[in-house]
Amino acid sequence: MKKEMTRRTFIKSTGLMIAACAAPGGLVNVSLGLAGNAATFKPHAFLEIAADDTITVWVGQTELGQGTHTGIAMILADELGADWNHVQVKQALAGKPFSDPLWNMQFTGGSTSLRHRWDLFRNVAASAREMLIEAAAREWGAKAVECRAENSKVVHPDGRSMRFGQLCQKASALPVPQEPPLKDPKDYRIIGSKKARLDIPDKVAGRTKFGIDFTVPNMIIAAVARPPAYAARPLFVDKKAARAVPGVLAVVPLGDKVAVCAKTTYAALQGRDALDIKWSGGTHPDLNDENLDKWYDEFLAKTGAIAEAKGDAKKALSQAAKTLEARYKFPYIAHATLEPMNCTAHVEKDRVRIWAPTQGQTNTLMTAAKITGLPPDKIEVMTTYCGGGFGRRNEVSVVIDAVSLSMQMKRPVKVVWTREDDFKHDFYRPASVSHIQAGLDSSGNLIAWIHKLATPSIMSRVFPDFLKDGVDGTSVEGINNMDYELSNRLVECVNVDLPIPVGFWRSVGNTFNPFAVETFMDELAAAAGKDPVDFRMSMLPKGSRPFRTLQLLAEKSGWGGAVPAGRGRGIALRTCFGSTAGHVAEVSVNQKTGGVTVHKVICAVDCGPAVYPDAINAQMEGGAVMALSAAFYERIRFANGGVKTANFDEYPVLTMTQVPEIEVHIARSRHKIGGIGELGIPTVAPAVANAIANAVGVRLRGLPIDRKQLKKA
Amino acid sequence: MFSLKVNGKKYNVDASTETPLMWILREQLGFTGVKYGCGIGECGSCTVLIDGEATRSCTIDAGSVKGSEILTIEGMPEDHPLKQAWIAEQVPQCGYCQPGMILQAADFLTRDPNASDEEMAEAMDDVVCRCGTHPRVMKAMKKAANQMKAKGGAA
Repeated sequence: MKKEMTRRTFIKSTGLMIAACAAPGGLVNVSLGLAGNAATFKPHAFLEIAADDTITVWVGQTELGQGTHTGIAMILADELGADWNHVQVKQALAGKPFSDPLWNMQFTGGSTSLRHRWDLFRNVAASAREMLIEAAAREWGAKAVECRAENSKVVHPDGRSMRFGQLCQKASALPVPQEPPLKDPKDYRIIGSKKARLDIPDKVAGRTKFGIDFTVPNMIIAAVARPPAYAARPLFVDKKAARAVPGVLAVVPLGDKVAVCAKTTYAALQGRDALDIKWSGGTHPDLNDENLDKWYDEFLAKTGAIAEAKGDAKKALSQAAKTLEARYKFPYIAHATLEPMNCTAHVEKDRVRIWAPTQGQTNTLMTAAKITGLPPDKIEVMTTYCGGGFGRRNEVSVVIDAVSLSMQMKRPVKVVWTREDDFKHDFYRPASVSHIQAGLDSSGNLIAWIHKLATPSIMSRVFPDFLKDGVDGTSVEGINNMDYELSNRLVECVNVDLPIPVGFWRSVGNTFNPFAVETFMDELAAAAGKDPVDFRMSMLPKGSRPFRTLQLLAEKSGWGGAVPAGRGRGIALRTCFGSTAGHVAEVSVNQKTGGVTVHKVICAVDCGPAVYPDAINAQMEGGAVMALSAAFYERIRFANGGVKTANFDEYPVLTMTQVPEIEVHIARSRHKIGGIGELGIPTVAPAVANAIANAVGVRLRGLPIDRKQLKKA
Repeated sequence: MFSLKVNGKKYNVDASTETPLMWILREQLGFTGVKYGCGIGECGSCTVLIDGEATRSCTIDAGSVKGSEILTIEGMPEDHPLKQAWIAEQVPQCGYCQPGMILQAADFLTRDPNASDEEMAEAMDDVVCRCGTHPRVMKAMKKAANQMKAKGGAA
């Protein structure tokens, strides 16, 4: 991982970069170039101020619905001293200035958009502000330190003022200040305030163009037939019927796939359905649900890599007054973004243009460079709005299809996946099995934790550099870095080697490990005769972020107070992606049917400076719904060497009547800025499981929740 | 060749009458507010109003609605209580399912603006939203229902 850039190096490396990567005109603009107006002030690729006072914030991050475009603009506008009503946001073509300063690539994921750029954004805007002030001060013959910027004006101590727009030209000629002073948080006017999201009016009007809505002149549409089993290959293809479908233009082999290109999406889909393909059986024809269970057990029995060996957990366990053990199991689950995968590409002799709903701009760009052999500077990646992301859109399989087909067809091609393609060819949230042994001393203190799990690695395929001593950090996150201080902990991870591809699913390993850890923690608390909150508190550093978040959560949920009759209450806590979040769930269980009603979910979150509180609320609300959906319903089914699950009728998700009341409390925090997008997920399911145990005494050992276990015979 | 009436305007369509209405609306007529989500009528993203009734346009033949009034999200007035409530409550996240959500709500609340919370939730139960905007959808529906009640149900 790259070191965080210092403020000094950022100005040097990117401070004077002009918005060459920014396509004026936003999404529909297909030409690369600078905005023509010389009167605009562009101190950085992110920021452009026009003579008419319009402030354009060029963003490289993907708007997935998390509100990041508005959040980014709020930071820049506040630090600049801008009038929010004059601020607009435009998506820039992918480019170096938009790279993550820590990860050195352009990527929207891991809840990094703000937390990795908090210093960068403020410094860019502060530099611009200081230049505008300096320009005005020179105009007046005043001292810059006596002037201030507010509401898009520079104000003289005697009350005179000049609009930012009037100062553009003069400010452009000034040197960029190397260490501009940053605003004192108490002076923030926009950061932390209630703002309407800039992308919402178009979304409500139905005007927003998502990737799948994108068109370009002379474009054709492709639907692709994919192997029904892992590593299966087409042995025989009869194209006749497909070619006869009106509107079908070509049937094209595409590696182990077959593409049907047509004038319309419907014709492409009909053409694909009309293909007669005989496939080979693939490498794992015996892959099915039953065998998968067996194979995971076999993997768990193997020796794994040691992810953590703190103290002597085995010895501590042998000396424990009381020991507990449990085994947990989690399924593969799908992202099911509501907009299926798609990508439009136009490959020309010395230019490639890509329009994609992507979370991975660098990944997309480098993929196109590799396929076409063109240098990266000949490749333009325009990010469209995305109908959901959740980690799915860092994957480039659809980009590969679109670029390859455009090369073959010599015209723009949009590849559209169907919902069935999407369920059957996802990069799933990994399945896993965990075995935990833990020991308490005679006073009920937790003294040993031995955790062995088997799960496939995401990073070894996606970012192999992130593996450490053979361990994928995302496989064990939530275990080796659990919030609790323990002297003796042993974590061992067996890499599951199967052809089922796995990828980032909103909060990644935190979707399952905290379930095992936090539900087992409740069992240990019960065995120790302690309250679940007290038990956790005793293992958290006093005054730390998790300690205070747990305190806030306990207070807001009325922890310790009476639970309404017939209901159970459960709690869980997790620090990840730079923030801490916890949930309390209140449930009731119908033991005749095994049905669970989640009445209320209360969330407390500490993400440091809360830049955009309403977006934080929305993320925590949405995260809770998605986590409950995964907890109660979601599981990908396998059969005959491939994926059986094809559409929403076989993959139900949580819907309106099951959504509980969700309450969100944002901590007033002195801590560093943290992430938000992922934080709504990890602790919801364990809080629900703990509430179920509190209500009916049944300990759940995995997800999705098994209603049979909750039925009283 | 046949004609469809969409958002108050007549369009000539050059396609077979068995083509799902969704693809005609999206690709021939350019109403991309009609979203493809599942193609089997499960998710509700493609919902349009056919003579006022919320209908999944991915599973009906375009030819079957030749004489009907088809309303897509684009044809719903910007000052409609539902669209305004959706903005006021900051409902959408990614926004992909929202046209379907809004039109489903429009059908239901036009018929029954006095519905209880439970009835509203029931009416929206088959529309999939992966971002989890559900709590805000409910808030916006209640807000819009109050206004639609004042107008006697019509909006």
